[in-house]
Amino acid sequence: MTAAPDGGKTFGRDVPRMEDRPLVTGRGRFVDDIRMPDLLHAAFVRSAHAHARILGIDAEAARRVPGVAAVLTMDDLRPHLSGDRLVTALPSPSFRLDLHRPVLAFEETAHVGEPIAVVIALSRYVAEDAADLVEVSCEALPAVEDCRAALAPGSPVAHSSAAHNLVAEFHLGYGDVEAAFAGAAHVFREKLWQHRGGGHSIECRGLVARHDPVDDLLTVWSSTQTPHPARQILSDLLRRDPDRIRVVVPDVGGGFGPKLVFYPEEAVVAAAALLLGRPVKWIEDRREHFVATTQERDQYWDVELAVDADARILGVRGSMIHDHGAYSARGTNVPYGAAAAMPLPYMVPAYRLDVRCAATNKVPVTPVRGAGQPQGVFAMERLLDRAAQALGLDRDEIRRRNLVPAERMPYATPLKTRGGMQVVLDSGDYPGCQALALLRAGWEGFAARKATARAAGRRIGIGLANSVEGTGRGPYEQVRVRVAADGRVRVATGAAPMGQGTRTMLAQIVAEQLGGDMANVDVVAGDTAAVALGFGGFNSRQAVVAGSAAHAAAIAVRTRVLAAAASLLEASEADLDVEGRTVKVKGSDVTIDLGAVARAAAGLPGFAVPGGQPGLDVTESVVIDEMAYANASAVAEVEVDAGTGTVTITKITFAHDCGRVIHPGLVDGQVIGGIAHGIGNALFERMGYDADAQPVTTTLGDYLLVTAEAIPAIDLVHMSSPTALNALGVKGVGEAGVIPITAAVASAVEDALDDLGVTITGMPLSPAGLLARIRQATTP
Amino acid sequence: MSEREIVLTVNGVEHRVRVEPRRTLVDTLRETIGLTGTHVGCEHGVCGACTVLLDGEPVRACLMFAVQAEGKAIRTVEGLATGDTLHPMQQAFMDHHALQCGFCTPGFLMLAVGVLERQPDITDDEIVDMLSSNLCRCTGYVNIIKAVRAVAAQGRVA
Repeated sequence: MTAAPDGGKTFGRDVPRMEDRPLVTGRGRFVDDIRMPDLLHAAFVRSAHAHARILGIDAEAARRVPGVAAVLTMDDLRPHLSGDRLVTALPSPSFRLDLHRPVLAFEETAHVGEPIAVVIALSRYVAEDAADLVEVSCEALPAVEDCRAALAPGSPVAHSSAAHNLVAEFHLGYGDVEAAFAGAAHVFREKLWQHRGGGHSIECRGLVARHDPVDDLLTVWSSTQTPHPARQILSDLLRRDPDRIRVVVPDVGGGFGPKLVFYPEEAVVAAAALLLGRPVKWIEDRREHFVATTQERDQYWDVELAVDADARILGVRGSMIHDHGAYSARGTNVPYGAAAAMPLPYMVPAYRLDVRCAATNKVPVTPVRGAGQPQGVFAMERLLDRAAQALGLDRDEIRRRNLVPAERMPYATPLKTRGGMQVVLDSGDYPGCQALALLRAGWEGFAARKATARAAGRRIGIGLANSVEGTGRGPYEQVRVRVAADGRVRVATGAAPMGQGTRTMLAQIVAEQLGGDMANVDVVAGDTAAVALGFGGFNSRQAVVAGSAAHAAAIAVRTRVLAAAASLLEASEADLDVEGRTVKVKGSDVTIDLGAVARAAAGLPGFAVPGGQPGLDVTESVVIDEMAYANASAVAEVEVDAGTGTVTITKITFAHDCGRVIHPGLVDGQVIGGIAHGIGNALFERMGYDADAQPVTTTLGDYLLVTAEAIPAIDLVHMSSPTALNALGVKGVGEAGVIPITAAVASAVEDALDDLGVTITGMPLSPAGLLARIRQATTP
Repeated sequence: MSEREIVLTVNGVEHRVRVEPRRTLVDTLRETIGLTGTHVGCEHGVCGACTVLLDGEPVRACLMFAVQAEGKAIRTVEGLATGDTLHPMQQAFMDHHALQCGFCTPGFLMLAVGVLERQPDITDDEIVDMLSSNLCRCTGYVNIIKAVRAVAAQGRVA
């Protein structure tokens, strides 16, 4: 165990994770591990068409299969639901079409994989057998694959009920952009394609739903990132008192964004459990994950940068077309996040990005780790590289001239968040972070190394990118802290762990105030029965919002503990401290167990409550509307084989600042995991569709995830600029690693090919794609 | 579909089970025998979350039928620890923060244990090569590689 600079008893230390032991011994409890008597299994009948009118569904043969309990279509479910669509998109005035997902498709299907019917049977094997027998008669309709073509006049429509494919349009910006460009010494323009794939947690989605008639309680164990919102949606849809629904998040095998969305399968399985009076389980398989779990895909950017004679930014403008997919499952937050991330690290006096979101006959798009921010960063960094190249400036120098300087913090930008709040960069030293990354990466000496390698016939290159990320999305996450009668400290929250070590993180914060004994803290997370309100895990938020609430609640409980103990020990509160599982009079042997204090604080009939307030039990919801801005500078080194187009990333140097660090090991783990995801986005991950919007990458053999041998040497460097926006001084870190990686890799590949004049304008960079670029650049 | 009665030896314990010939080994381990430590990530043999040892060799339990495993010694993650004493590989994964969500972890543990038992003199580069056969989405592999190298360096695997 090592102490970090911020180290307290438990806060800031590399304490062992409380999650680990069950997970390494095979005793975790993931959703598919949940077994119970009478459990039935669901398999979904899904659309094989990208776009089709449903003429009829014949389930009779399926219903006759021995072991099948039910086959349900929308017609079967409709009488039991408040509506036939899931209205889950965040509100925005930018919407031009309402594309809410049907619970089960009934008139039309709008993407391959859309659920049309469900078979419930004694086993998944039988359910899948029967699902094959469900006949869906369809009339194929023209499909929309390319989001640019979708917006062209005369395009087929992704939904026959819609007059066009423009789901949403908005612009983000401020300042007089036209004047900035009119007065510019130089203007640079880039047309960029950016593609990100799916979340691809190794555990796919899944849930078990059970109705207990004794308590009239519907319990849903779901591999979700957002239990409380899921309960509200189920409550609305099933017309059921939310107090009669409990959503529990068991161990979750990775989230990465897509599991924050509420899905049709959750509604259908919960409804089926109520209808059949038996528990029902549905576990998504990998092929379903490719065609039914939300993903991020294509964005096409056309952007310009205006600079003065000293390469100082005057303005950025342009447009972007975003592939929205077939439905609005979350809203416009991916393109909004992309647009908002673009200018953030730099002083950009005028900015305007016009965004159009196009409906396509593909899986709906919602956030994947990074949530659009990598694309915004890529666009900005590509422009800066282009400007540096044209102006004969070093790539680090043009950035140095334009990064928001430390002395300007807090730096109020004219940007607004999606909730309409002003974006204020709260803290950090962006130029210092870049300088640190460059120093550690050996940027100064790289030209010599490159020349030596080139002389030996090897092409190596180095690239740089900066990113600033809004973390800790508010408004709050509720946390309850109490000392129970057995003396144990119990922490409860709707915050949803999915591998980050959220329980350990919360226990560290609470133990810091209540004795410093991690082994005396129990954490229940991701359970709607634990606290009344909550959101869950997304947007690098839980350390900030749940951490802040845990901190406040623990301090309040500590105050009550000391007040009650002071009364019981006839001592002054100032002389008391909580040590381990006792309250101790400092400098003496006088102690009282926490359990005894808790029992006394619960009170006795007719006696005064020691300390004045009953119970050592406090629930806090610390509201933090402003986002805490974390920053990073990434340097990538690559080697490129110009004969094959193969890129090997040889080193990533990553300097970042997430404020105070609660657990150094967990922070490193989050950052490295994010970097690996970014490497996948740079080189490997592509969700492919053919021209008819049929998915063509539906196995992990076709869609490549990063493996161990693709991981370069990674050098992490930490800075710590505590934010004043929360009492802990922390910023989120879950997405930090992924955001600047594609941009840094693109810059490095260009550097390796600089003599050939190859420009990198798209990601991911496949060998075939890069080879084509090389040939294009070198063909006279 | 008709069922067959077979005997599977898992972690040294014999289990007499009735399974359809089409039932995969991983489903049989998880659902029929109740050992849910072995996980299912892709069902097409790529991710390796279902890796178990069959007569000491790491195999994908999603690509085998249970009936094919009859007569073999099957080892799963539940069999690694001895009582409360963790296997050195389990301990190393904890010590090096080599797991986050833990879903892929049993597969990585069995892969690494299986390979190191057969090849105790494995080099650092060979370890990376070997670990490339399984997928992890959380950790970026760096700490998994560290953990396995640490165990290999100490020659503690058996």
